[in-house]
This record gives sequence, structure tokens and C-alpha cells, in this order.
Amino acid sequence: MSKNLLIVLLPLAGSLITGLLGRRLGNRLSQLVTIAGVGLAMLISIQVFLAVAVGEAPVIHEPVFSWIVSGDFQVAFALLIDRLTAVMLIVVTGVSTMVHIYSVGYMAEDPDQPRFFSYLSLFTFAMLVLVTGDNFLQLFFGWEGVGLASYLLIGFWFKKESACNAAIKAFLVNRVGDFGFALGIFAIFMVFGTLDYQQVFHMAATGQFPPTVDFLFWGPVDTITLICLLLFVGAMGKSAQLGLHTWLPDAMEGPTPVSALIHAATMVTAGVFMVCRASPLFELSETALAVVTIVGALTAFFAATVGLVQNDIKRVIAYSTCSQLGYMFFAAGVSAYAAAMFHLMTHAFFKALLFLGAGAVINAMHHEQDMRRMGGLKAKIPITYALMMIGTLALTGFPFLAGFYSKDAILESAFAAHTATGTFAWTLGILAAVMTTFYSFRLVFMTFHGRPADRHAWDHAHEAPWSIRAPLLVLALGAVFAGWIGMPLVGEGWFGPGVFVAAGHDALAHSHHVSAWVKWLPFGMFLIGLGLAWYLYIKNPNLPPAMAEVWAGTYRFLANAWYFDRLYDTLFVGPAKAIGRGLWKTGDETIIDGYGVNGLAATCVRLARRMGRAQTGYVYHYAFAMLVGVLVLATWYG
Amino acid sequence: MPVPMPDINLIALLPEILILLVAMGVLLLTAWSRETTQPLLGLVAMAGVALAGGILLIQTGMTTTTFGGLFVLDPFASAMKLLMLVATLLPLLMSWDYLARHRLDIGEYFVLTLFALLGGMLMASSGDFITLYLGLELMSLSIYVLAAFNRDDPKSNEAGLKYFVLGSMASGLLLYGISLIYGGAGGTGFAAVAQAMGEGGGHAPGIGLRLGVVLVLAGMAFKIAAAPFHMWAPDVYQGAPTSVTAFMAAMPKIAGFAAIYRVLLEPFGPMQSQWGPILQFLAVASLAVGALAAIAQTNIKRMLAYSSIGHVGYALIGLASGTELGFRSVLIYLAIYIFMNLGTFALILVVNNAGVGDEINDYRGLAKKRPLLAFLMAIFMFAMAGIPPLAGFIGKFYVFMAAVKAGMIGLAVTGVLFSAVGAYYYLRVVQRMYFEEAETAFRMEVGLLSRLVIAVSTLAVLYWGLLPGGLIDWAEASIRPLL
Repeated sequence: MSKNLLIVLLPLAGSLITGLLGRRLGNRLSQLVTIAGVGLAMLISIQVFLAVAVGEAPVIHEPVFSWIVSGDFQVAFALLIDRLTAVMLIVVTGVSTMVHIYSVGYMAEDPDQPRFFSYLSLFTFAMLVLVTGDNFLQLFFGWEGVGLASYLLIGFWFKKESACNAAIKAFLVNRVGDFGFALGIFAIFMVFGTLDYQQVFHMAATGQFPPTVDFLFWGPVDTITLICLLLFVGAMGKSAQLGLHTWLPDAMEGPTPVSALIHAATMVTAGVFMVCRASPLFELSETALAVVTIVGALTAFFAATVGLVQNDIKRVIAYSTCSQLGYMFFAAGVSAYAAAMFHLMTHAFFKALLFLGAGAVINAMHHEQDMRRMGGLKAKIPITYALMMIGTLALTGFPFLAGFYSKDAILESAFAAHTATGTFAWTLGILAAVMTTFYSFRLVFMTFHGRPADRHAWDHAHEAPWSIRAPLLVLALGAVFAGWIGMPLVGEGWFGPGVFVAAGHDALAHSHHVSAWVKWLPFGMFLIGLGLAWYLYIKNPNLPPAMAEVWAGTYRFLANAWYFDRLYDTLFVGPAKAIGRGLWKTGDETIIDGYGVNGLAATCVRLARRMGRAQTGYVYHYAFAMLVGVLVLATWYG
Repeated sequence: MPVPMPDINLIALLPEILILLVAMGVLLLTAWSRETTQPLLGLVAMAGVALAGGILLIQTGMTTTTFGGLFVLDPFASAMKLLMLVATLLPLLMSWDYLARHRLDIGEYFVLTLFALLGGMLMASSGDFITLYLGLELMSLSIYVLAAFNRDDPKSNEAGLKYFVLGSMASGLLLYGISLIYGGAGGTGFAAVAQAMGEGGGHAPGIGLRLGVVLVLAGMAFKIAAAPFHMWAPDVYQGAPTSVTAFMAAMPKIAGFAAIYRVLLEPFGPMQSQWGPILQFLAVASLAVGALAAIAQTNIKRMLAYSSIGHVGYALIGLASGTELGFRSVLIYLAIYIFMNLGTFALILVVNNAGVGDEINDYRGLAKKRPLLAFLMAIFMFAMAGIPPLAGFIGKFYVFMAAVKAGMIGLAVTGVLFSAVGAYYYLRVVQRMYFEEAETAFRMEVGLLSRLVIAVSTLAVLYWGLLPGGLIDWAEASIRPLL
């Protein structure tokens, strides 16, 4: 067993040990075991990263075992670590370790800590399987594994009804996406006869596939476009893109460390990773790329608008995540995969920082999440304030912090693509950037500045323990330096064979040569957003409520997130319930139970009674029955 | 004038002779012993049964006829007699406490049991309708009295009387059938009858013989309580002392099946196209009655009466198939049935020691008070319902397999469906034991002998459920010489 395999196995071992023996181990040992597991996995990941990504070590490709061997269908369980995976390994194990440590303090009062840590490690394992796979099935295994862990963790406080509903919603919405994703994988197997990345990509590059296939009721459709769009449906579900995004804000019902790890830094970026991983396929379909770009851009814009009016501190960050994922997708859509991965990495650090910082605030305010009841916390929890400020500046693209590099790379690539969709994405991206700055500083101002809205809570606010602050500090370092360190990622061909860019799709290369105004426009947007936020929440704090009244319709539209939930309720949930009820009442209870199960049982009981009545106890009745029997036998068979 | 010496080989009758001697010895001792020492006669009886079993084991594999073909000893007879001995010994062992408590443990009880056994053994070894009839009457008369043995209980008297009246009528049918056959075949020996039956040269034999077959089978069906000749069973099972019920549900059934085997395979061998449908009819009727009527029962002995009717239905499926596999499957079924049934009755007798246990509701909450007893009872109920990996499943499986192989898919499907219906009332007992609150404290001793019987039955049910190989080989070896 190679040490690389330990990266995947250690978190699994931690999860199994605490999951099975948690009660016997107790809280402290459970924490130690899982933290040791992911911590060691992180150290090995760093070593592998240094070798593969910083050094020039060859791609690691180790078979682990034959998973499925069934005739022509052969799938291996393997370890594939190229630079694409190496980046993901650092992000996943790094953030996961920080979140594990953070949870020691954050979950200190929870009675079910072993279960929590077991789930966290289970998630880490599944995510690592996802990123290290060398074939689509292993990717799918990890994909579903993280979905399961996400479900378990969102519903971790299962006594809270809203948490259970959110968990089910996350699971169901993801099912929709995963249905498309699974169809995409089926299509790949049908077309290429294998699920192995190398073979599939090789065959795709050399054109060894039928140009069109029949899909459902559509006649012949372009093979690669179909596959890519189906895969992208999966990515939309997992990465909360417009249309399948509704679960992400609700997922904030889970504990805050979970939001930071799963719903900001890692799982939701799995879609982006998958699109980058499958770039040799996506590159072959202009249609698919255009769809990815448009969906990404719309999501970036939509989520930013909704983020403007949210009052729950975690929901603001959740919509922000949704929006930033949109950025990553449209970067991938204009073939700037490296920029997408770059932003994925920097975003993981500063968004985890923001979430964990928000957790520290919530912790300080005794589980208060409504920003309207905060304010003035700057004086009480200065360290958290400083860390949150770093995260906010990194997110909003303040020069030389992480987001500045990666977001600019994305916007410049979109601009440099010089395509209609690219320009469309760039326009929406610039608008979203203003809003990003606005809602981020709105969050900071409402929470930390101004006068305390709830004097009593403010009085009792306190700085978090070190187990919470330490991970924040580490992540803050990442938020400050990740962009600067990660610049090489967007350099020419850094990802090597991991990412394929077709000839002519050179938006990223051109992005380095755009005019100065394009380069500085995002910073201008930052200043506008900051100024607006300052004007509305520091200078004139009475203005926002007044505006909400004047533009009540717009406000409600945004506050209800463009009414997506209500639309889905009417379109899908309502009819589904009606059909379910119909099948239950009429189909099941009346027909199957009524005539089938219960009907048969009732018939049996009726017959039993009748036979019981025949058993009169009179000997002559019995004798008569015997004679009738003889008569029947004698006449029929005699 | 030389008198021809009849060929008499007493060695072949050694087990029967032994049982006879023990029975008469016990009868004599009963007359002269004091009331307090009479229970000890049970030990003598049991020792005699055990010794006869030992002789049978030595005789296994012997094939001979004696008394001019009236008496047959072959592996099949030995196997059936062995089962009958087990079905006699185990009820005696487990009813030790019961008999003492009800003051039934007097010499006559054991004498009658032994005579019933002797009659059954003769049936299994009969080579002539006369032997068959004699054995049957000996067995039946003894059991009539046993059913009424609890003289102070009107229900017991009623049971005995009903059984006697209806049994006499069944004997009448049987005798009428035998006389018709004698009229058609000119003899009562099985070989002679078989020859006459086969003489048609493809044509059906005369109406007399055909009616004879029907009447003989009807008489036998009464003994094994196959529907529609079953109606005595629930009343008699319920009314008779529980120890007698346990005996009655086991030994006479084996004897009845042994006689049916003999008759079907030897004198009626050429008439398979006639008796096949008759047995199918009896099988389906018994399955229906066994499964459906049991649902409405509240008395556990009555329920088990219907249950045994159902089991007879399954066994008849195997016979109706008329193939080697079918005959073998019935033997397997009977062996398993004895242990399932006797295990259940042993547990009922144990619970009876607490003064309850006749009603199904008496078992409420048994699992909480006596978890082991409830668990064992659940095992027997699951076994009777035919749930793997218990032996009851193996029994049903082979019977159904025989039917399917013989092309009687419909019969097999009927059997499976009724077995699903039947599962309901077995599981109801489990439900009462495990999911309801106890009303009784279930304070009772579990005697050593009862423990022994329960342990043996449980082991048999578990062992044959998992490793039926030995049982199957035994059945095959026993049945082959007959075919």
C-alpha cells in the first residue's frame, strides 16, 4: 500500500472508528482520532502537492483494486493524482483539517460529537475519492458519497424540523442533478464502452465515436454535446447553479463548520472540478461550453442580487458562495479552466474563513444569526472582526489579496474570449462584483459597526476559544497569500494533461494582455460597492428600510430569491404530492390493499367463519360430511 | 396326511412381540400393584418401547415375509415403525408431569398406548388387507379409549365417543371397500389384488374394484384426518387430554400413512391413474380446511388440529405426484412433522403446568416472563409455517419440488398459497408471545423429561433445516425397495 493511498484511507479509518466506537471512545478521543486522520492526510497531500505541482514529479497513477469486472464492463478503483487533483487535495484536506479543529470548540456543547466528527471524516473520505478517481464511476461514487455526508450533516440536528426538511430538500434537488449525471455516465459508457478517463478522452480526441446518438424523444443529437450537458446537469445540482440552487441556502440549517467545509469550500466545487476534469469532452462542444457560460453567469448575477437583501448572516454567505460558483463555471465555459480552478482554490480559503468567522460571531451572540439584531461587535470581538475583514476583502477583490487575482483572471478571460457569451458573462460578472462588494460590506457593517441592536446579547458577546480562532488564523493566511502563491496556476499549460484546451479557445492566454481599464474595472466596482454599503449602512442606517418600503415589490422579489421555491412548489412539489396522495389513497389503499391484501385476508376470515360454522359438534353432521365426501369421490373418480 | 407347516418367522415380528409382551405384562402388574406404584409402570412401558426400537435398528435392512405373506418386514416397514416408536416415546416422556397432575398415570394408560403402537406397527408391516384391518382396529380402539381417558371430564368423554362413532363408520367404509375388492380380485393378499388390478390389459378394472379403491382410501383418509373426513379431529383434539392429543397427532398419522403407502404401491399400484386424482382432491381440500379454518380458532389444540390437517394436505401432495421423489418427500415430511409437532405439544404441556395454555391468548407475554420457552415456541411456529432455515421449510420444499417435477404445477402453487395463509395463524402465536403483555406469571417447573423432549425436537428442527442430507438419504433408502 503506497502512502498516497493513505490520503484517502486515513479519513475513512477515522470515520469508521468514531462512527462505530464513538460512544466508547468519548468526545475527546473521537476528536483526536478524526483530526489525526485528516491531519495526516493533509501532511501527505502537501508532500504530494510539492512533488507533483511544485516539483516536476510525474503524474501519480496507481491502481488500487479491480472494482467491477463484468464482461466488457471493467472498472478499477485507482488513485490518479495530477496537478488538477493535487490542488483539490490541498483544498480538501487543508480546509477539512481546519474545520475539524474548529469544530472541537464550536461543537463543544453538543452531545453527539463522535457522530459529528465521524460524518465530517466520512465526507472528507468521499470527497477525496471523488477527486482522486481515474474513471467516471469512481467519480460518481465519491459524488454520491459527499451527497450522503452532506445530507447527514445538514440534518445533523435531526430534532429540528427545519434541519430535517433542509436535508431532504438538499438530497432531492441533488437527485435531480444526479439523474442527469448518471445518464451522462451511461451515455459515456454507451458511446465509448469504457469509463476510464484516459481511454474516454483519448477516444474523444481522436474522434472514435458516432457523431450523433438518439436520446429519448429527440432524434439524433450531437453525442458530445449530449454527454456534456447531462454531466453539467449533475454539476448544476452539486454546485447549486441557477435552477438547482434552491437547496444551498436551506442547507445552512446544518452546523456552521459543515457550511464552511461542504457548502462553501469543497463539495459544492465538485461540479467545477468535474467540468475541468472532463474538459477534453467539453472542449469538443461549443454548445455545451456556451450553456456552461450562460448558466454560470446567470447564477453569479442572480445569487448576488438575492444576497443584497438577506438578513441571516449565513444566508448572505451562502448566496455569495452560489454566486462565486457561477464565476467559476463561466470561467470554465470560456475555456479558462485554470482560472476556474484558481478561483476554486482561493475561494475555498476565504469562504471557509468567512463561514467560520460567521460561526464565531454566531457563537459570540449565543446562536443569533439575524444580522439586524447584531451591530457594534467590533469592540467586543476584535480578532474575529479583523479575520472577517480579511475574508471580506479577499472575497471582494481588494488588491493583492486572494480574490483579487483569481476573480480578475476570470473576468479578464471572459472579456478576452471575444465571444457573445463571453461578453455576456463578463457584463453580468462585473455587475455581480459590485453587488458582491456591497453585500459583503453590508454584512460587516451590520454585524460589527454601528450601535448594538440587542444590548443584552452585546454585553454577553465574547471572543471564541483558541480552537476556533486558530483555524481562522490559518485560513486568513490562505486568504491573504493564496492568490499571490497561486498565480502560476493560470500560467500557460500549468495543469499539463489534466486540463485540455482546444486550439482557438485561448481566452486565458489573451486575458493577460487585455487593456488596463479592463484590469482595473473590478477594482472600480469594488470602490462603488464599498461606497454604497458605507453610505447606506454607516452614514444613513435608516435609509435601507425606507428603500425596502418604496421598492417593496423588488425587495420582496429579491428577498424571496426570485420566487424559485414557490415556483417549484407549485410546479413540482404540489402535483407530486397530489399524485402521491392519489396513488396512496386510490391506488394503494383502495385497490391494492382494499381488494388485494386486506380483501384477500377478509375473504380468508369469512371462509374461516363459514368453516367454523360447519363444525357444529353434532356427530351426524360429521358423518354426513364423510358420506358426501365418499359420494363425491365415488362418482367422480370411481 | 401331512399338515403343511405354515411359514412362520417369529424373528421378523420380534419388535411387535416385545411390545405385546410388555403391554400384557404392564396390564398384569397394574392389576396387582398399588395405586402409588402404578406410575412406575410407565417406565416399564417406555423401556419396552426403547428396547423395541433397538431391535428395529438391528432389523433395518432385513427383507422377509412371513405368515404366508400376511406380514411383511422390509426397510420401509422398519423406517415407519421407528418413526412410530419415536412418536410414542416422546409423548410419554413429555407428559410425565401432566399425567401425574391429572391423575392419569395409571397402568391402563400405558397399556392402551402400547396396544395402539402395536396396531400401528402391524399396519406398516401388513401384506394383506386383513392384517391391515386388524392393525387399524387395534390402534383405533385403543385410541378411542385414550381420548376418553379423563373420565371426570365430560369433554374427554365426548371426544372419545365421537371418535368412536365416526371411527366405526370409517372402519365400515374401509371394510366395505375391502369386501368389494375381495369380490373383484378373489383374495385379500396385496399381491393377488395387484394382479387382478393389472389384468385389465389397459382397460379399467371392474366397477367393484374401482369403488373398492375409493372406499379404502376414504377409510384411510379418516385415520389421517384428511378433509373431508377430518371433522372429528378438532373436537377430539380439543377434548382429549393434552398428552393423548400429542400422541394422537403423531403416531396414528404415521401408521395411517404407512398403510396408505402399502396400499397405493402394492395392491393399487396399477391404479395410479385413479388414485392420483383422488389424492389430489384430498390434498387440496385438506390444505384449504387446514389453512382457513385454523384462522378462526382460539383454542391452541383446536388450532393444531387444523394445522395437522394442513400438514396432511402437504404430505398428500407428495403422494399424489406418484413419483419416487414424491414418495420420498412424504417420508421426509413426516419425519420433520413429528418433531415440529411434538416439540410444540411439549411446550404446551409445560405451559399447562402453570394451569393455563389451552387458549392461544394464554401465551400472551410469554416472551417477557419465560424468554427461552417463548423463543423455542417461536422456532416451532416458524418451522410449521415453513420458514427457512428451519426443517419445516425443507419438508415443504421437497413436497413442492416433487409436485413440480411431476408436472402438477397447479397443485404446488395451491400448496404455496395456502402455506402463506397458514403462516398467519402460526405467527399469531408468536405475536401473542412477543408483543402483548402477560396476564399470567407463568410460574411452572420444566421437568427434566420435558426438557429432553424439547431439546431433541429443537435440535432435529434446526439440524434438518440446515443439513437435511442425512434425512434425505434415509428416506431414499427406506422407500426404494417398495418401488
